[in-house]
Amino acid sequence: MNAIEPAAKPPSALTLYGVELASRLLLGTAHYPSPHVLARAVEASGAAAVTVALRREHARGRTGERFLELIEALGVRVLPNTAGCRTVKEAVTTAEMAREVFQTDWVKLEVIANDDTLQPDVFGLVEAAAILTKDGFKVLPYTTEDLSVAERLLGAGCEVLMPWAAPIGSGRGLANAYALKSLRAYFPKVPLIIDAGIGAPSHAAEAMEMGYDAVLLNTAVAKAGDPVRMAGAFAKSIEAGRAAYEAGLIGMRDMAQPSTPVAGTPFFDLSASPRAASDE
Amino acid sequence: MTVETSIALEIYVNGDLVMTRAETVAELVAGLGLEGARIATARNGDFVPQRGRVATRLKRGDRIEIVSPRHGG
Repeated sequence: MNAIEPAAKPPSALTLYGVELASRLLLGTAHYPSPHVLARAVEASGAAAVTVALRREHARGRTGERFLELIEALGVRVLPNTAGCRTVKEAVTTAEMAREVFQTDWVKLEVIANDDTLQPDVFGLVEAAAILTKDGFKVLPYTTEDLSVAERLLGAGCEVLMPWAAPIGSGRGLANAYALKSLRAYFPKVPLIIDAGIGAPSHAAEAMEMGYDAVLLNTAVAKAGDPVRMAGAFAKSIEAGRAAYEAGLIGMRDMAQPSTPVAGTPFFDLSASPRAASDE
Repeated sequence: MTVETSIALEIYVNGDLVMTRAETVAELVAGLGLEGARIATARNGDFVPQRGRVATRLKRGDRIEIVSPRHGG
């Protein structure tokens, strides 16, 4: 066989709940300067899915209708969230309403514990996840990097986990990289998506190099000076990070190691080391 | 003038106290001009699916949520 390996294989595809995704970037739809910029940013990002929400509709209101038409025109999978829910019941009811409106059983499950950190209420999260998975939902839980909570969520029927990198909208990157590495190492087969806290493409690449399966972000693109260009920058960083992970990164060393071969260095016998030379 | 036979109910719609002559969630939705719109409803914290709106009768003090798609993260 003379088959020639392609010079650069595309990174492998991610499968969640039996669905193969088009990319490893999931993009939020909030805070863009205009619907037009949102649409162009989604296109530039190549996002596999976009997150959406439910909010109160006014009498004779058409806000929701117009937004949904915009999203549907993009032809991208939607991932409804339960953002802002503070109790198990609010989250479960919101998920049920979202399933009817968006016609999907996927839900980004959020149960929020605290206004300042928007930290997940991990107790409520596990409880709500158990209720929803029993009801046929495909739950993608927004959680912390805590290993024991991750175990409980998997036990509750979640097949994907979405730990935060840092608080939502903070743009701080991987605040606890060590714990995120541990989580990745502990659950080698579970799809893990970094959700929230990403500020720069380098943060996303760092997560992907660590072996995370995908990144979900919003503010870093939506509030960038040029959201469309930033969406493209994130797409590249996530693809590069994944390719690097699959290619196999070298380990870190404490000391230098010459990259140019030492054998055959000219004058090698004359000045093996400066110290030796000064001894003469 | 038509003779009103039903008695207006005080209920909450999306957090606002309103008087309504609607007797069911379906009538309330229609009265707000949202019939056929892509909305979802809940009554006192419980999901009311579209097919259940006709049979879900309103009671004084009910808290109704009517939501529709929005941008989100």
